[in-house]
Amino acid sequence: MESVILLRYGEIHLKGLNRPFFEGCLVDNIKSALKGIGPVTVTRGRGRFFVHCPAAHAEEAMERLSRVFGLISLSPASVCERDMAAIEEKAVELVEKRLKRGETRTFRMSCRRADKQFSMDSMEMNRHLGGVILGAFPDLTVDLDHADIDLHVEVREQVYLYTETIRGAGGMPVGSGGKAMLLLSGGIDSPVAGWMMAKRGLSIEGVHFHSFPYTSERARDKVYDLCRRLAPWCGHIRLHVAPFTEIQESIYQQCPHEELVLIMRRFMMRIAQRTAEANGAGALVTGESVGQVASQTLESITVTNDVAKMPVFRPLIGLDKVEIMDIARRIDTYETSIQPYEDCCTIFTPKHPLTRPNLGRIVRSEEKLDVEGLVGRAIEGIEIEEFSQ
Amino acid sequence: MKPVYLDNAATTAVDPSIIEAMVRCMAKTYGNPSSAHLMGIEAERQVEAARTQTADVLGAKPDTIVFTSGGTEANNLAIRGILDTFIEKGDQGHIVTTAIEHASVGRVCDWLETKGFGVTRLSVDERGIIDLEAFKRALRPDTRLVSIMHVNNETGSMQPMAEIGDILKNASKRPLFHVDAVQSFGKYPFAPEKWGVDLASISAHKIHGPKGVGALYVRKGVRLTPQSLGGGHEGGLRSGTSNVPGIVGLGMASELAAARPIAEHAMALKKYFVECVRDAITDFRINGPGIEEGAAHILNIGFKSVKGEVLANMLSQQGVYISTGSACSQRQRTHASHVLQAIGVPRDYVDGSLRVSFSIYNTTEEIGESVEILKYCVNKVRMFVRR
Repeated sequence: MESVILLRYGEIHLKGLNRPFFEGCLVDNIKSALKGIGPVTVTRGRGRFFVHCPAAHAEEAMERLSRVFGLISLSPASVCERDMAAIEEKAVELVEKRLKRGETRTFRMSCRRADKQFSMDSMEMNRHLGGVILGAFPDLTVDLDHADIDLHVEVREQVYLYTETIRGAGGMPVGSGGKAMLLLSGGIDSPVAGWMMAKRGLSIEGVHFHSFPYTSERARDKVYDLCRRLAPWCGHIRLHVAPFTEIQESIYQQCPHEELVLIMRRFMMRIAQRTAEANGAGALVTGESVGQVASQTLESITVTNDVAKMPVFRPLIGLDKVEIMDIARRIDTYETSIQPYEDCCTIFTPKHPLTRPNLGRIVRSEEKLDVEGLVGRAIEGIEIEEFSQ
Repeated sequence: MKPVYLDNAATTAVDPSIIEAMVRCMAKTYGNPSSAHLMGIEAERQVEAARTQTADVLGAKPDTIVFTSGGTEANNLAIRGILDTFIEKGDQGHIVTTAIEHASVGRVCDWLETKGFGVTRLSVDERGIIDLEAFKRALRPDTRLVSIMHVNNETGSMQPMAEIGDILKNASKRPLFHVDAVQSFGKYPFAPEKWGVDLASISAHKIHGPKGVGALYVRKGVRLTPQSLGGGHEGGLRSGTSNVPGIVGLGMASELAAARPIAEHAMALKKYFVECVRDAITDFRINGPGIEEGAAHILNIGFKSVKGEVLANMLSQQGVYISTGSACSQRQRTHASHVLQAIGVPRDYVDGSLRVSFSIYNTTEEIGESVEILKYCVNKVRMFVRR
């Protein structure tokens, strides 16, 4: 048995001449989301895709497709030939299935004749099939405004019938907007920031700074786990793990302690940017939110932003912590993020960090360090890990 | 340098002869010991032989041994198995335990408290040992159970089992006595019958046996409520198809442990370790019992101005495996160990405490090498304290 899922896409509509590019991107993402699920075909209709997959995997397919950015809604559909008797049979079957699931009193018909060759027009079909349903289920009544069941029938090369529509992930197809490098710490914020930019069509690579032995190997495993959780949304994720110990030790030994975090973050930006350039990414993404911690005040962000030449996207900039946590729970990264394997690094967070740093002074403090050498060695030491959905 | 494993209180390397015997058992004797056919009978024979091997180490009869999935299950079965009937009758009463128990006793007692039991958690002195007078005073006419561990897993402090047993024997109304003997079994003399112990929990993987298997010693005549129902295995106390290869491993590990001079060997290593540290590192203290007074295989040592986790990470980078505190509590958020707090380790040293634990496989050379590395690491970590 074969199942069909009808997918609707949104903003791509607006993209004029670029539309084929966006659609192509989306189809690729749909196909790769469904990899391993059996023989799958994707066909295009106007503003829609139809996914044909083995019925046994339909639920799994729905689940996966609900995480593909660029889709606004999904409907599991039944298909039949363009024959009125067959359509009637399917319609009755679908309504019966819904009646079995619970309290249902009213219905309406929403027929659409996309192929004008078909003998009946949309209105005629509504009336005809409505009559058939009423005949089969005398307890049901028609309610055009608040129907319990809205039975859709779309006539194309074949006829598609469905009663349910599930919200899709929205946004733009991943990859349609280029690529960005996400600074991924393992905390609650950065995975959410990556997710939000993927939603806007960017494909995401990550860079993680690893300070063994000051942070545990388990902190690295935690970041791997976060990448696995992001992959179903972002598609493929390549993670660059940069050794950061030498940099932290050098800053600790040579710079004023209240500046530790700021100088450290400037190094992170430099390494992230170099890694981005080397991997064809055109922007950086961070999980910063104004005022959340000392290193995220306006003045602190000014200091860290100073070393970035490419755009830095901070999608969480105006969100409260609870709002960020809500998203983290929704995308299932929260439980991983709150595992406590990060706090060894507290050695390098000063007891009294600056909240209103002065850029000039920080730059002078940094002059004591061999910035180029430190950044170069960190980049040389990068280990790459790949994560697929 | 070959890696040096000094985390034997967390778990031990499995003895090669045990691995071999378990593999043979899995390959050849895969029958269910409850089956009537010859393959089942052979498996049953092996299980019973292991029961005898295990009981022998305790100086007990084979029918006192109930195989479990390990120390945690044995502790749960012992305590809940005794007290369930009192909950049912609504006649809860009182429990005496200590402030330094393993979580698989401590958490069960916390839970019983919510079920209406009074719980006395005896405090310990700075050596980690309870006060026998305080213990006597804690006993009440309605005390149902005393649960006290033999060797503490973090500090190696040993409780005076025989004396506790004597006090209980002379009590006007004698409560049942459970001992978590997971860290002592096979390493130090443990005589439940002589000491008046009714229940004792043991585990295979602390004595070079496999993980996932242990046992509860249940004195004849003590009635327990089973905590898992089913086919009535292990005299109805622990249903579930027997873990035959695991049990074979436990039997062998028990026999091997009893035949080896573990305590003597470990004590020599511990003394040497401390001697080397004394020569190499400043500002350290031994937490808990004195060196000779505590269990031979466990040393808890605190270094001032050091973060234990960073130190342990750095050591493992150099191939020396040592834990901070106890492995069981490291996944929890609260860092300061309840045991180190109970024995009153000063604040500057708690964070920098390591638990070094020895086995029969460790050598003097390894100790020398690892203290060299420890010295390097402590000095390095001390360069980077939070300011």
